[in-house]
Amino acid sequence: MKLALRELRRRPGRFGAAGLILTLIALLLMFLGGLLDGLIRSSTGAMYALDGDVVVYTASAEDSFLRSRIEPTLRSTVDGVDGVASSAGIGVVQLGARLADKGPRDLLDVVVFGPEAPPLGVDALPGDGEAIADTTLQEQGVQVGTELSVGPARSTLTVVGFVEDTQYLGQAALWTNPETWRTVLTDNRPDQQLGDGVFQALTVRVDDGAVAADVADAIDIATGRSTASLTVVAAAEGLPGVEQQTATFNQIIGVTVGIAVVVVALFFALLTVERASLYGVLKAVGARSGTLFGGLVLQAVVLSAVACVIAGSAAIALDAVIPPGSIPLRISGTRIGQSAVFLLVAAVIGCAFSLRRLLRVDPASAIGSGS
Amino acid sequence: MNVNGASVPALSLQRVRKVYAMGDSEVVALDDVDLEVAPGEIVALVGPSGSGKTTLCSIAGAILSPTSGRVVVAGTDISGFNPKQLTAVRRDLVGFVFQSVNLVPFLTARENLLVVDEIGKRTGAPARARADQLLGELGLADRAKNLPAQLSGGQRQRVAIGRALMNDPKLVLFDEPTSALDSKLGMAVMELIQQEMKARGTAAIVVTHDERITRFCDRSVHMDDGRITKS
Repeated sequence: MKLALRELRRRPGRFGAAGLILTLIALLLMFLGGLLDGLIRSSTGAMYALDGDVVVYTASAEDSFLRSRIEPTLRSTVDGVDGVASSAGIGVVQLGARLADKGPRDLLDVVVFGPEAPPLGVDALPGDGEAIADTTLQEQGVQVGTELSVGPARSTLTVVGFVEDTQYLGQAALWTNPETWRTVLTDNRPDQQLGDGVFQALTVRVDDGAVAADVADAIDIATGRSTASLTVVAAAEGLPGVEQQTATFNQIIGVTVGIAVVVVALFFALLTVERASLYGVLKAVGARSGTLFGGLVLQAVVLSAVACVIAGSAAIALDAVIPPGSIPLRISGTRIGQSAVFLLVAAVIGCAFSLRRLLRVDPASAIGSGS
Repeated sequence: MNVNGASVPALSLQRVRKVYAMGDSEVVALDDVDLEVAPGEIVALVGPSGSGKTTLCSIAGAILSPTSGRVVVAGTDISGFNPKQLTAVRRDLVGFVFQSVNLVPFLTARENLLVVDEIGKRTGAPARARADQLLGELGLADRAKNLPAQLSGGQRQRVAIGRALMNDPKLVLFDEPTSALDSKLGMAVMELIQQEMKARGTAAIVVTHDERITRFCDRSVHMDDGRITKS
């Protein structure tokens, strides 16, 4: 093993090309993963910010806020289910918003949320006619005190604070109290207005120790399957486009890992061919094939680890210099770590292709060229 | 022959035969060879190309298994050993010095000696002490930290000899040890080999084309067509 490490240290140039390619692949993996995380988060951030463990829609709504209607009687049934600690109504409406100093067609895409319970990161719901805005709106010039004209009815909402990471399907959330939301909905979507006490959905907090998925099932059973209850995670993943985006990016990431396997396999296969005489000598003086292969794997793993460290640093730097909001990039330690694991596994698999060649190196090749 | 009077030969080949299959035909590389090398004895193995010297060396050095016959290295019958067992024999009982020296190019002279320990028993400090001792004995103490590329041909050959002696072998196989050296240096290296083997009581087989170096050996064994023709 020392032999393998010494070669890496003393002949770094020999591994330069492979190291560079692996670094670029690692960076690509981290960048793709960061894009996926950013995209998914820009679609689902608001869902994860809901103060609850379970989201309850009506069964016919197909997991959509806009089609769902929870009547007070249905809510009472939900509240009576074992494991339900509390419930809060919630309503959503997607609208365009205008800023006073922008043109009439220069609309900000916003989603007005009207929950009974404030989202995570917000201590209390704002007053009537007020909203707490997602921080992405700051990039559009929205500040505390900014008045937004929302929807075709130009309902006025005054921004009184910001909360991070609460986008919904790529649109910035405006968190209002239920009354304000109900007013905005009635003014701008009169066809969708709801009666008193009616919400589009419920967020449910489960009792300590209760399993959210089990409580969700219990709610649907208690309501005679007139509700479709999902954990927050399932509700977020069920939003339109989320599954497709995830699947697409994961396929691209899979192909990239495959390319990493090929790169490592080709590089170390060539290296094995080049080292055949050295391996022959080492086998002749008593080295086991397993020891030599272990050295090869160690070199690939170290090379990949170095590539991941460089790529991880580059990804973090990239995340810092890319202007916020320009692309949905979200570089996290988890994603960097996951990409590193993928690459390290690819390195080991890639090396395995050299095993047969290494086993076939004959120690007899070390002697006899003169006879 | 028993130079040191020891009872167990360093190498004993009894009716050793090696046959290679070449398509439908067979090539007999070694044909009922008998050879015994005593501890401390230096044997020159002389013969033309294709005479079977390499095959004999490979079998004696536990690199190849014979088709038939008996091979005993330092009292251990290795005739029926599997590849794993043969590897252990090479690691523990046999030393090799190759024609093209074949030092690991990115390791210093000292580390080239320590490779034997790293791939083998991993004794650590004792191995380092032995490497230093061998380098001193071979006149390479001041070259211990030099890479092979920074050494002369003769110095590289001395490092290779040191490597072959690292595991305190019972038998060292020298494959054309002077072929890459000029005549004067070649003789100096042979003198060193003779000196080191005799000092340690280690047996050696020196494969060579050069009749001049046979004078450094206790006896010469001539091979032709897979047979020992003169011993």
